[in-house]
Amino acid sequence: MKKLMLGNEAVARGCFEAGVRLVSSYPGTPSTEITESIVKYEDIYCEWAPNEKVASEVAIGASLAGARSMACMKHVGMNVMADPLFTISYIGVNGGLVFAVADDPGMHSSQNEQDSRHYAKAAKLLMLEPADSKECKDYTKIAFSLSEKYDVPVLLRLSTRVSHSQSLVELEERELVDLKPYIKNLTKNVMMPGNAIKRHVIVEDRMKTLEELAETSELNEVFDNNSKIGVITTGISYLYSREALGNKVNYLKLGISYPLPVEKIKEFVKDLDKVYVIEELDPFIEEHCKSIGIPVIGKEVFSLLYEYTPSMIRKAILGEDMYPHFEIEETLPGRPPVMCPGCPHRGTFYVLNKLGLTVSGDIGCYTLGATNPLNAVDSVVCMGASIGVAHGMAKVRGEEFNKKLVAVIGDSTFVHSGITGLIDVVYNKGISTVIILDNSITGMTGHQDNPTTGYTIRKEETKQLNLIALAKSIGIERISVCDPFNIKEFERIVKEEVEVSEPSLIIAERPCALLKGVKYEGKAFITDNCKKCKMCMKLGCSAISIKDSKVIIDKNQCNGCSLCLNVCPFKAIIKVEE
Amino acid sequence: MNKSIMIVGVGGQGTLLASRIIGNLAITLGYDTKVSEVHGMSQRGGSVTTYVKYGDKIYSPIIDKGEADIILAFETLEAYRALPYLKKDGVMVINSTRIDPMPVITGAMEYPKDIIKKLKEKVNVIELDSTKIATELGNPKCANVVLIGAFARELDIPYEKWIEVIKNTVPSKYVELNINAFERGTQS
Repeated sequence: MKKLMLGNEAVARGCFEAGVRLVSSYPGTPSTEITESIVKYEDIYCEWAPNEKVASEVAIGASLAGARSMACMKHVGMNVMADPLFTISYIGVNGGLVFAVADDPGMHSSQNEQDSRHYAKAAKLLMLEPADSKECKDYTKIAFSLSEKYDVPVLLRLSTRVSHSQSLVELEERELVDLKPYIKNLTKNVMMPGNAIKRHVIVEDRMKTLEELAETSELNEVFDNNSKIGVITTGISYLYSREALGNKVNYLKLGISYPLPVEKIKEFVKDLDKVYVIEELDPFIEEHCKSIGIPVIGKEVFSLLYEYTPSMIRKAILGEDMYPHFEIEETLPGRPPVMCPGCPHRGTFYVLNKLGLTVSGDIGCYTLGATNPLNAVDSVVCMGASIGVAHGMAKVRGEEFNKKLVAVIGDSTFVHSGITGLIDVVYNKGISTVIILDNSITGMTGHQDNPTTGYTIRKEETKQLNLIALAKSIGIERISVCDPFNIKEFERIVKEEVEVSEPSLIIAERPCALLKGVKYEGKAFITDNCKKCKMCMKLGCSAISIKDSKVIIDKNQCNGCSLCLNVCPFKAIIKVEE
Repeated sequence: MNKSIMIVGVGGQGTLLASRIIGNLAITLGYDTKVSEVHGMSQRGGSVTTYVKYGDKIYSPIIDKGEADIILAFETLEAYRALPYLKKDGVMVINSTRIDPMPVITGAMEYPKDIIKKLKEKVNVIELDSTKIATELGNPKCANVVLIGAFARELDIPYEKWIEVIKNTVPSKYVELNINAFERGTQS
């Protein structure tokens, strides 16, 4: 049976068919749907871990205990799990162990555009790279068998277009894979210097074996079209190249991104006049080719930035345009993402902007607090960074600066890697004010449960992390809880807390407007009392706009949250029935 | 024969469902099919674009400038923005709804004037107020399927096939609503 599947769904299907027993992940676009799709397979234990490091450690544990296991993450998640990654490389596996990592060229939903292939090289691991959903499933299964055959954790590299494109997949049965015996093996599994020194030798020998695999594997495939031009490519870039160049060139499609073959490439280029390397992001294959003395054309004609397209490739290689097309003769207003109507974060950032505070931000929907007209966020680095950054700022600029400074972080991000930042503030006598934006869910990635929601990935009830008790236990003595839509009260609390000379925590509590069960009665309506002061427009709600010099509310967009009623100084906004 | 269909709109308008209906239809007709979506931050009220391509063999899942046979636009500014992606003899099916983007709301820029007129000067345009029709049907959220109804007239695919796919793609409690929406679209 053939089915249209996202690349991510196909990876999940591959896990099912490969007899995988455990998947642990932290959500991150574009990788999230792998684990969400695993939920459909009751034979696989799955979970959302607090962060990618924990997720990977759980998968490592399952592998050592003899089961095939996987952890999934986005590219920046791999930074978080890099510590176990480099050392599990030394230990190897018992049951097959695969880490799926999804890069985001073009940064559709990410803070940087890093190329995860460097991790394969740095940690001395095998990395496979599928191009479409069929390969996502096939390569996942191959990854598990190679992991066990070569005693190596395998990285499965995806990218936004592979993860989020649907193509046809043939479904097969689940393979029944027994647990491998668990045998205590100190020299292999305990990485202290005496053992690691010996294991490193094995890792280097393993690299040689994997290099041989790259020479012979069918995953590295040649398509000979009797051309004098050759293209070496991988993943989605192969599909773009096929679309752009058809049968006009020969192809070497590398399904193994690391290690890269030497003889196979030399053989491929032997009779060619020109060889191009087509790869998004960094010149990974290109540098390899040049290092083995093969002159290839790469980044001098292709970009280091963003996603490629077939027309870009055709232009660079054949000098032709693919399709004639229209141009738009005027500059159009952009449509950047905005907080949804009814978003609880809007109240928070309205107040922070009004108070003119310096805001150390974090990763999530609330990063949008940096956009017009709220403009409330000063810096965003990575998951969990807001608290450490605020603490560092306060330490060098002193107490007066700190009275104008807060850190904001979502509930899931706080659990991910904000807790240690908060401990640092307390331990090192910091005075930062931290606001946890508790919207009862992991929002940006599409509503995943986390330790603060009280539910597991399978929607089973579980212990709910108590943020207040947690904060108290690490030594925070000033803790307030407030609804950010109660603007006056929220403002009062923020003003008070930034003034004090000790760490304080404010929990801004209101559920995500998109959550099931969050329903507000009626719609906001602007009456003739409107004096056009435009205070409501400072909220940056997409339902509120100006038409024919009148401020109006689009009832199709309004979700009835009433925040605009709270900020209107003339009581000109009322609620009406739908 | 390869067909490239681009669906554009504003995050939250149901472009993903539209692309899934068209993609599923293409499979039932036996074509190689690819559907490309973008999830995550751009969905939050930003411009969203999905692609559906089907035919004998499809390589790239994305649609290049000048490649789309049909553009299905859920909002007029997004229709205009997508113009460079349409074939010179392509068709645009447009929901004549206007949603102001934040730069317009904040007054930094103006919403372009006479978009439909400008588009009609260049390409074939089918315009309908599918949000209004959907509201009349009792749920503005099915505007996407109304638009698909109008779009269906541009493809030579039997009516029953569409109904079958809609039944299999939308949640069961919304089947009737969406079939009504589709029918209204075909009649508009």
